[in-house]
Amino acid sequence: MVNTDWLFLCKDVRYGAILCLEELSIVAGQVTCFVGESGGGKTTLLKLLNKLISPTDGVILYKGTDLKDIDSVTHRRDVVMLSQKPFIFEGTVKDNLLKGAAYQNLSIDDDAILSALQRVKLNQPLDKDASKLSGGEAQRMALARIMLLNAPVILLDEPSSALDEDTERLVIEEIVSYVRQNNKTLIMVTHAGFIAREYADVIYTISNGSITGRVQNGQ
Amino acid sequence: MGSDIIQLTYGQVAIGYVFVMIILFIMKRRGISREKELIIATLRMSIQLVLVGFVLTAVFERPHPLITFSIITIMLSFAIHTIYGKFRGNLSRSLKKVIAVSMFGGSLPVLLVFLWGIVRVQPYYNPQYFIPIAGMIIGNSMTGISLGIHTMIKRFTQNRVEIEESLILGATPKQASDGIINDGFDAAIMPTVNNMLGMGIISLPGMMTGQILSGVAPTTAILYQIAVMLGILGGASITSYLALNLGYKTWFNNQQQLIQTAS
Repeated sequence: MVNTDWLFLCKDVRYGAILCLEELSIVAGQVTCFVGESGGGKTTLLKLLNKLISPTDGVILYKGTDLKDIDSVTHRRDVVMLSQKPFIFEGTVKDNLLKGAAYQNLSIDDDAILSALQRVKLNQPLDKDASKLSGGEAQRMALARIMLLNAPVILLDEPSSALDEDTERLVIEEIVSYVRQNNKTLIMVTHAGFIAREYADVIYTISNGSITGRVQNGQ
Repeated sequence: MGSDIIQLTYGQVAIGYVFVMIILFIMKRRGISREKELIIATLRMSIQLVLVGFVLTAVFERPHPLITFSIITIMLSFAIHTIYGKFRGNLSRSLKKVIAVSMFGGSLPVLLVFLWGIVRVQPYYNPQYFIPIAGMIIGNSMTGISLGIHTMIKRFTQNRVEIEESLILGATPKQASDGIINDGFDAAIMPTVNNMLGMGIISLPGMMTGQILSGVAPTTAILYQIAVMLGILGGASITSYLALNLGYKTWFNNQQQLIQTAS
């Protein structure tokens, strides 16, 4: 019954009146995009997949196991998430970049930090006060922060909303190629249709809390 | 104890109420509408102390372990009740439990170490020592825990986004709450620490003053005061540490998710 190619399988999942999914499956190793109007429930879906919240009804399976039975912290370290408006912690850019790694006791050298910054096209000194970054820079720093965690599954909630279109394209291109090269799974909510069309394997449209469309790219 | 203390009569003490009259007069003149509170506070303070005087006299005359420990339990329960009152419905059931457990678990050991380990009272339940020392330790633990929990509630309300971001980055609830626990602890012990800094210079502490007034040599009074201050510090710290380290958990559910309200 359970296909283990499915990384996530949601069955009759509800979250209050915000989200109602009859069935949703997300395949490992692919880029899955969720598009649709704001307030449609996309962010809620990512939070459910990250287990930051739990559904009020229904089941979410991760690799065939009910999320309820998986330790939340272990799961969040496996399925990392970038929130739409990531919080910038007090301290320097480096402090912020190492925040997640510190929680997870990962040792990360400066080379890894610099290559993560390069990937998100952020050229800022590591000792800069993070609160002095612009909105777009802070967003890219937060993106680099979760890339450093080297998790197998990455959830991105509007990762490029604060970027101009050129930077947006460059950054997303880098992330997608990183994900593909390293055989990771990317699940992304985006407002930009062109990103979904160009980079996703599967595109879901969510509106009013339900899935209203599914497009398999290349078909 | 020396016997050279000047005995006060009720009449002499009554002169002290002149100060209350002056304050009432000022309040009236300035239009500060706090007369009722001041009168109630003055009356309560006077009546409560007179009653406690009678109770203590009776207890000291017929010391019994059961009575001593019952009084300590009543004092602790009253302190817990007072803390609940300060937060006026802002405490969840689980947080109330944490406060009660911490008050007992934090103050009692410190009190026993102080009386049995340092002062080495005889008999072991001597109410003359137990009750006043318990009052000081429990009172300061109550203040410490209130300040600590107040800071914790404030931070959990204001810093939800930060805590959620930490959880998203793979933090355990404990890691996500560490900063809050530290700030709460800081708030809890700072008044005691500041008090210690000024002790003997800015103020002569109440207990020492009392002992000196009743004829105890200042050197003995000082030793008591130092020991009591350390006991107060211990009580306030251990109680708050317990409350904060158990308390943060009430903001998370069993799925290690931040819940909307601490209930």
